[in-house]
Amino acid sequence: MSAFLQVDNLRKVFPSQRGGAPLTVFDEVNFTIEQGEFACIIGHSGCGKSTILNVLAGLDEASSGYVIMDGREVRGPSLDRGVVFQGHALMPWLSAERNVAFAVQSRWPQYDARKVKAVCDQYLGMVGLSGSEHKRPSELSGGMKQRVGIARAFAIEPKMLLLDEPFGALDALTRGVIQEELLKICAQTRQTVFMITHDVDEAILLADKILLMTNGPDARIAEVVVNTMPRSRNRQTLHKDPQFYRIRNHLVDFLVNRSKTFRDEPPAGFDPRNLPYLTPGLDPAQAPGAGALAGAAA
Amino acid sequence: MFKSFARSQGLRAGVLSACILALVLVLWHLATAPVAAPQYADPEYARLMGGKGQTSSGLPSLPQMGTAIWKHLSNPFYDNGPNDKGIGIQVGYSIGRVLLGFLLAAAVAIPLGFVIGMSPLLFRALNPFIQVLKPISPLAWMPLALYTIKDSTISSIFVIFICSIWPMLINTAHGVASVRRDWLNVARTLEVGRVRTALRVVLPAAAPTILTGMRISMGIAWLVIVAAEMLVGGTGIGYFVWNEWNNLSLTNVIFAILMIGVVGMLLDLVFGLLTRLVSYQE
Repeated sequence: MSAFLQVDNLRKVFPSQRGGAPLTVFDEVNFTIEQGEFACIIGHSGCGKSTILNVLAGLDEASSGYVIMDGREVRGPSLDRGVVFQGHALMPWLSAERNVAFAVQSRWPQYDARKVKAVCDQYLGMVGLSGSEHKRPSELSGGMKQRVGIARAFAIEPKMLLLDEPFGALDALTRGVIQEELLKICAQTRQTVFMITHDVDEAILLADKILLMTNGPDARIAEVVVNTMPRSRNRQTLHKDPQFYRIRNHLVDFLVNRSKTFRDEPPAGFDPRNLPYLTPGLDPAQAPGAGALAGAAA
Repeated sequence: MFKSFARSQGLRAGVLSACILALVLVLWHLATAPVAAPQYADPEYARLMGGKGQTSSGLPSLPQMGTAIWKHLSNPFYDNGPNDKGIGIQVGYSIGRVLLGFLLAAAVAIPLGFVIGMSPLLFRALNPFIQVLKPISPLAWMPLALYTIKDSTISSIFVIFICSIWPMLINTAHGVASVRRDWLNVARTLEVGRVRTALRVVLPAAAPTILTGMRISMGIAWLVIVAAEMLVGGTGIGYFVWNEWNNLSLTNVIFAILMIGVVGMLLDLVFGLLTRLVSYQE
């Protein structure tokens, strides 16, 4: 009960539009995230992932249920939670450095200009943007803009980082480079992260555990897949490990097949308050025949 | 490559402009060529018939025009009583009234527009009033203004005020209302207060739209001041035009028209530069 972040029976209902029935986006959403853990949530569009993230950020309110972070209920936005937005959300009239400085000054109003600049330099350097501090967002590439967004979120030293599909708009090569940087930074700072993604490979590379959501409306979190690959994983060697494919197949299978049918025919004994933690490939009961494969790989 | 093309295009456009100007001047010259004045035996009689310098259309010829322009511009600030002031003084009066009315309008419209833009409720509540008041010709207010204010100069300033308020109000409200949700969410997650959000996020985000509204207002104000001054009289470029018409001095009327155009262009140029300063590229 003393997890760092605890989400308890969250539910979001949109009021009926033009006489229709009210729309339940998701219901009975329960999960926990430990300090220093990287959690990804995967699901199809419309299942309410972004709404969950907005509730965690305090930008949106759930219809019922509550969120407790570090012993306190989440009510409204807070500097304790840094958000990286889907569309980078940089202010185009400010340079990269001023964008970060806006956050730093909000976090520490007592800092003088020199101190603010030092913090900005530190975090822009961390995301590899030294030398581009004075460029406006319009002069930066998509990947660089998202890097500034990440630097801005880290710069306030939040207790938790919320990332809303941060790499969705980037090309595959840029995405790979920034994913790797994010992994490195999170490992250094022991940052607790909650991230939305559509990308199965991205989830396996970054996350310690992956929350799988059924299709909306009336979506649920179906299960938690524990990433059993070592934390030292990286993009170069990830796909050479057979365990990668066992996890990947499980995730893809869920998204392609089971996410549609899960709500109407949940597995026997499914309890949304006590989600199954799965370890594909290492759990012989879960996938018949996978045990033999795991043995062969070892 | 592109730069040199742009430069050469600018040069070509300049040459073309000069050609058009030359063509207009030639046409003017031909249209105002002096008629062969009938020969009168008596030079005194000829003078009385207005023979010398008379043009076929009654419009001034180019040399007459040039002389008039030089006369006005070489001594713009003389003051020989109420009906004979230098062009600089007249334009100065007009600009002064426009600026005063415009600044008063900005002082009302921009804060009010901010509030309306922030509150959808107020926006909807005030919109019918704005929509009815906006299309009223500012000069229609003049009798009411003269009756209540009882001062012609203040009345003309009021007319400028009332005509420049609407574009600024509407543009400010629109600019503020359409600030990207993302930017406001950034400020919210950073626990930025309302005032700081308004100054650091909403104002810079809406600034280009607000300045565009100011630019439109200034354009309208400059159009309206000429008409207003024709009505109230006394001083100003509008009065000058009307006065010269009564003197039947078309040379001075044409000169005043040119001045109105040039000053209007300069005012627009200033706001164009200001807009460039606050505009941003997404």
